Amino acid sequence: MRVGLFIPCYVNQFYPQVGIATLQLLEKFGCEVDYPLAQTCCGQPMANSGYESLTGNCNELFTKNFSSFDYIVCPSGSCVLHIKEHLHSAKDRTAATAIRRNVYELTEFLTDVLNVDRLQAAFPYKVGLHQSCHGQRGLHLSQMSELVAKPYSKPERLLNMVEGLELIELDRKDECCGFGGTFCVTEEAVSVKMGKDRVRDHEAHGADYITGADMSCLMHLQGILKRQGSKVQVKHIAEILNAQ
Amino acid sequence: MSNSNHHTDHATLAEKFNRDEARVNWHDETLWFIRQKRDRAAWSLGNEWEPLRETASAIKAHTLSNLSDYLQQFEKAAQQNGITVHWAADGEEHNRIVHGILAKHNATQLVKSKSMLTEECHLNDYLKEKGVEVIDTDLGERIVQLAEEHPSHIVLPCIHWKKEEIGELFHKHLGSPEGVIDPSFLTNTARVHLREKFLTRRVAITGVNFAIAETGEFVVCTNEGNADMGAHLSDVHIACMGIEKLIPKREHLGVFLRLLARSATGQPITTYSSHFKKPREGQEMHLVLVDNGRSTQLGREDFRNSLKCIRCGACFNTCPVYRRSGGHSYHTAIAGPIGSILAPNLDMRQYKDLPFASTLCGSCSNVCPVKINIHEQLYQWRQVLTEEGYQPKSKTVAMKAMAATLSKPSLFSIAGKWGRKVMGLVPGLVSNRLNPWYKQREMPAPPEQSFTEWYKQNRKGGKS
Repeated sequence: MRVGLFIPCYVNQFYPQVGIATLQLLEKFGCEVDYPLAQTCCGQPMANSGYESLTGNCNELFTKNFSSFDYIVCPSGSCVLHIKEHLHSAKDRTAATAIRRNVYELTEFLTDVLNVDRLQAAFPYKVGLHQSCHGQRGLHLSQMSELVAKPYSKPERLLNMVEGLELIELDRKDECCGFGGTFCVTEEAVSVKMGKDRVRDHEAHGADYITGADMSCLMHLQGILKRQGSKVQVKHIAEILNAQ
Repeated sequence: MSNSNHHTDHATLAEKFNRDEARVNWHDETLWFIRQKRDRAAWSLGNEWEPLRETASAIKAHTLSNLSDYLQQFEKAAQQNGITVHWAADGEEHNRIVHGILAKHNATQLVKSKSMLTEECHLNDYLKEKGVEVIDTDLGERIVQLAEEHPSHIVLPCIHWKKEEIGELFHKHLGSPEGVIDPSFLTNTARVHLREKFLTRRVAITGVNFAIAETGEFVVCTNEGNADMGAHLSDVHIACMGIEKLIPKREHLGVFLRLLARSATGQPITTYSSHFKKPREGQEMHLVLVDNGRSTQLGREDFRNSLKCIRCGACFNTCPVYRRSGGHSYHTAIAGPIGSILAPNLDMRQYKDLPFASTLCGSCSNVCPVKINIHEQLYQWRQVLTEEGYQPKSKTVAMKAMAATLSKPSLFSIAGKWGRKVMGLVPGLVSNRLNPWYKQREMPAPPEQSFTEWYKQNRKGGKS
């Protein structure tokens, strides 16, 4: 099984350890992983700002980079959702269609494709799971509190396989953190307030760490935690699932 | 308050709202409480809930696809029932029609129950200019009216008011004793005040929640009975409705009545769901059917579904942005997520900011009882606003630069490397007051190596 590793642009630049953990995790499970070096960004920052019209080159580049894989895996629900919903290629429509179908967020790939039911990982801390909206409501990584439907959670299921890890309950288990791409600067006041409220929920329930499947949400929460001088830290779910 | 909001944008108004954090917390928690009530009400129907939403959505889709036919069927049936039917192309015509009816009866006073349509058309302001006194009889609406504001929420018009403030307002305007904040006492004060209005006003305006094409009747849902009180005591009843309020048959009504109050407030049904079919003897009954941009919206394929809205307000209560920015920050009659996809249809220039007043979290679409894909339409409106040239030039320039960098892997890697280096060496360059991120958040610490650099060093055969 040939897996193309798709690392979000900001993770590449600011959180290389998340990329490393993702790669090592996939290799542990026997995937043949390749990381196309010419990758940049999925184009979401432009698209969500109203400039999907400017994402043509990003789309072509993405299609070219990832057309030769059985699966494309990425440690971000948000970037994967963008590719699934908006990747188009004028040069190679077939490849773009295949990519949209074969692109997976990391926890859904581990759950649905690799059928992981055991992990060799230990993380002896109290952990709060932050559901990123795009991963949850977009990719259905877990059930949404608005719907009258049976609960499930792919990230929670995986976290529960980690030795010593204690998942904490939250008052609002799937409220948005307020990152929202450019929203975090264009609507700074509301964005920060939303983030502060998420942080408070995790802190009130005794979290040592906040984790999630999207580093962008965690980057925003981390910025707030640091400014507040909080002891709570953020860690991407790939790092926890890969923790020894 | 909101009257003067027309020249500024959501972000600015939301920032103002956020200066009182304790109040934001209170506002957020009050609305979250209603969202939780909604959840419990939905779960109380168990497996019926999601199919009910699906059914409602399908009925509305069918109705919208055949709107012209159903409107004509409705008009005919209503006329046969003795209702005078009027058609208004826009808010201005709607207001003129209402005023015409009032003038015919030499009426200079009236009572009005809640109607977001009349808010949308700015009827109160129009009639005030013509010397007509309008008394809003919905308690929440009366409160904002006394305060010379507009509703901040379509179902809970004064949700932004605390009981202490209402006590003060009633003391000033309705003569309740100073310092009294007991909700039942204040409600009774309003009841006594409104009773006199009901008994003396000869004209009543109501909104319409559902109009039934088959029978020519319309249904008005309230919790206070104020629509009934006004309509039944009046000589002239004027009902105002948007043309999208139609449903084909009476048998479809149950689907919507079961969804409406559960979604809105978590009640099984509104206290009053009153059917109006014909005028009582000696009474005149008028119905004003208003387009005001709805036909245009119907013609916009990506946005057509927004006309399914039954104005329950569930998307307001669940919206994490609405809860923390308040209804007036949307500077439009219908705020919240649904307002943000309706308003640009009416005026792109004035409401170009609203589709961006969202993180696209998608919670709105999940609570919507008629399954409007609200967050997808917000995304789509952003694209339209760009195409139509309503984005600031500076943003377009920045986005083009970003797109150019991200199109070239070599440029991206150089920009990333230099960016990280500069951030490390001169943190003040980004960690300063001009950077909105930094105002209340720390920047991430730039690492030595990017993932790409690490990969080149640690894994062979990296594909380029």
